Amino acid sequence: MIENALTIRGLHKVYKNKVVALDKIDLNVRMGDFFALLGPNGAGKSTLIGILTSLINKSAGKVHIMGCDIDTNFSKAKSQIGLVPQEYNFNSFEPLVEIIRSQAGYYGLDRKTAMDATEDCLDKLGLWEKRKSTPRELSGGMKRRLMIARALVHDPKLLILDEPTAGVDIEIRRSMWKLLRKINAEGKTIILTTHYLEEAENLCKNIAIIDHGKIIVDASMRNLLEKLSEESFILYIQHPLSTQPKLEEYQFQVIDDKTLEVTLTNNKSLYELFSILNGQGITILSIRNKSNRLEELFIKLTSKPQAV
Amino acid sequence: MSFIEQLIALRTILLKEIKRFLRIWVQTILPSAITMSLYFIIMGKFIGSQINDVHGFSYIEFIAPGLIMMGIITNSYANSVSSFYSSKFQRHIEEMLVSPMPNYIIILGFMLGGIARGIIVGAVVTVVALFFTQLQTHNLSLVVVTTILTAALFSIAGIINGVFANSFDDISIIPTFVLTPLTYLGGIFFSIEMLPKFWQNVSLANPILYMVNSFRLGILGITDVSLATAMMVIIGMLIVLFALCLYLLNKGIGIRS
Repeated sequence: MIENALTIRGLHKVYKNKVVALDKIDLNVRMGDFFALLGPNGAGKSTLIGILTSLINKSAGKVHIMGCDIDTNFSKAKSQIGLVPQEYNFNSFEPLVEIIRSQAGYYGLDRKTAMDATEDCLDKLGLWEKRKSTPRELSGGMKRRLMIARALVHDPKLLILDEPTAGVDIEIRRSMWKLLRKINAEGKTIILTTHYLEEAENLCKNIAIIDHGKIIVDASMRNLLEKLSEESFILYIQHPLSTQPKLEEYQFQVIDDKTLEVTLTNNKSLYELFSILNGQGITILSIRNKSNRLEELFIKLTSKPQAV
Repeated sequence: MSFIEQLIALRTILLKEIKRFLRIWVQTILPSAITMSLYFIIMGKFIGSQINDVHGFSYIEFIAPGLIMMGIITNSYANSVSSFYSSKFQRHIEEMLVSPMPNYIIILGFMLGGIARGIIVGAVVTVVALFFTQLQTHNLSLVVVTTILTAALFSIAGIINGVFANSFDDISIIPTFVLTPLTYLGGIFFSIEMLPKFWQNVSLANPILYMVNSFRLGILGITDVSLATAMMVIIGMLIVLFALCLYLLNKGIGIRS
């Protein structure tokens, strides 16, 4: 039985302008995983996805998709991938139903199977009512969903989503998260790139961070977040502060007379902090993270790549 | 991909292409009918009536096969180049590239789309021609074979143009500066016997001459070149261009980074 949906060894890509987009990277994505591939703009994420889907030629290295070597059996490997690209890439003048049915045809699905799969995918993505419309008549969120429907029509085992929720509102984003969780629970392996780190933290089990063409982190989401040595919180206080609170062992700053920002290191707990503040007659009304935890780590890692 | 799956993929591209050019028939089919009507009126009726018979046929009868062939050539080329480049420009060619279908199926799909448009335009121009002159069919098989091979050849040439094109200007350069002059000098409006010896030899280097004459042989039973030579030129060029196109797509030139 194949253990990895994706195995990459020494993958290297140098563009004609001598830019090294991928620098001999190794990566494994386990079967059934929900895997986040993160990195700043220009880090090499889209190049990697382009190589996996044959849109970009690699310079060196080996890639196996569902056990198929892309050098010897790319056709079989490609039949098992569904791609949701970063930018819209459909014929703006074709009705939705034609776009999806044609995609099914490109994968060799016969007419009946293609029709059934088209209906199923459009229905699943809430687009069946719009089947006769052209993409030009759709909202941004619908266009994103159309690309997911198109990627699913041939029932791929590996779904690759390149920033699938870019530019959609929070309500649609959350409904897409729900759908992606369901697709993953049905057994499909998902690789997700996103700039919304909250999205990656919410959805993904494992994560790789790529920067300057190198994998600088490859870990489980839980292990990675545990490495976070400090975390900042915003505390909202019931009564205005009359004096500075005494918090010698903490980094803190008073934002205004009813708001405090406190940074906790690994060896300190929120319980301890609350006890100290309570002892000084300061009652906490509510608390929130200053920023997403993964975001803090991401910024730390990608802004100082040499330190990792 | 199994053979049957490849056939399904091929049929998908072909149907998509036919739907595409029929959806915009005002841009793809109608202009040829109007242009050719003007050729028949001006070159055939007004000017042609002042010209002697050519190889025993009135001038309008003589130019009719060439004008039909001109419609087939320009439309099969235009179909492939515009469709292939548009799919590159809008990036929906990626739908095909990420799928498991081999590159030769992509080429065949666009080629069959070009042939389909070439045949439909050829049929429309033939109907237009029948308003101005009578057309006999000397050898129907030859007419069909020449039509399909010529349309296939220019469809593939159109794909190659589309592969290299980086702007909409690039897809009009070859038709304007290469295809149109070759077509006009390809024996549509004259028999090369009417030319001085030097220009006869120059004309023999023009591949369109062989297609026009092969088609004219099928319709009128007259030709300036031997059928064997014409077929060798057409089939030879078709094989060379198909191989070149396949090489370009396999290397990813113009479509992959």
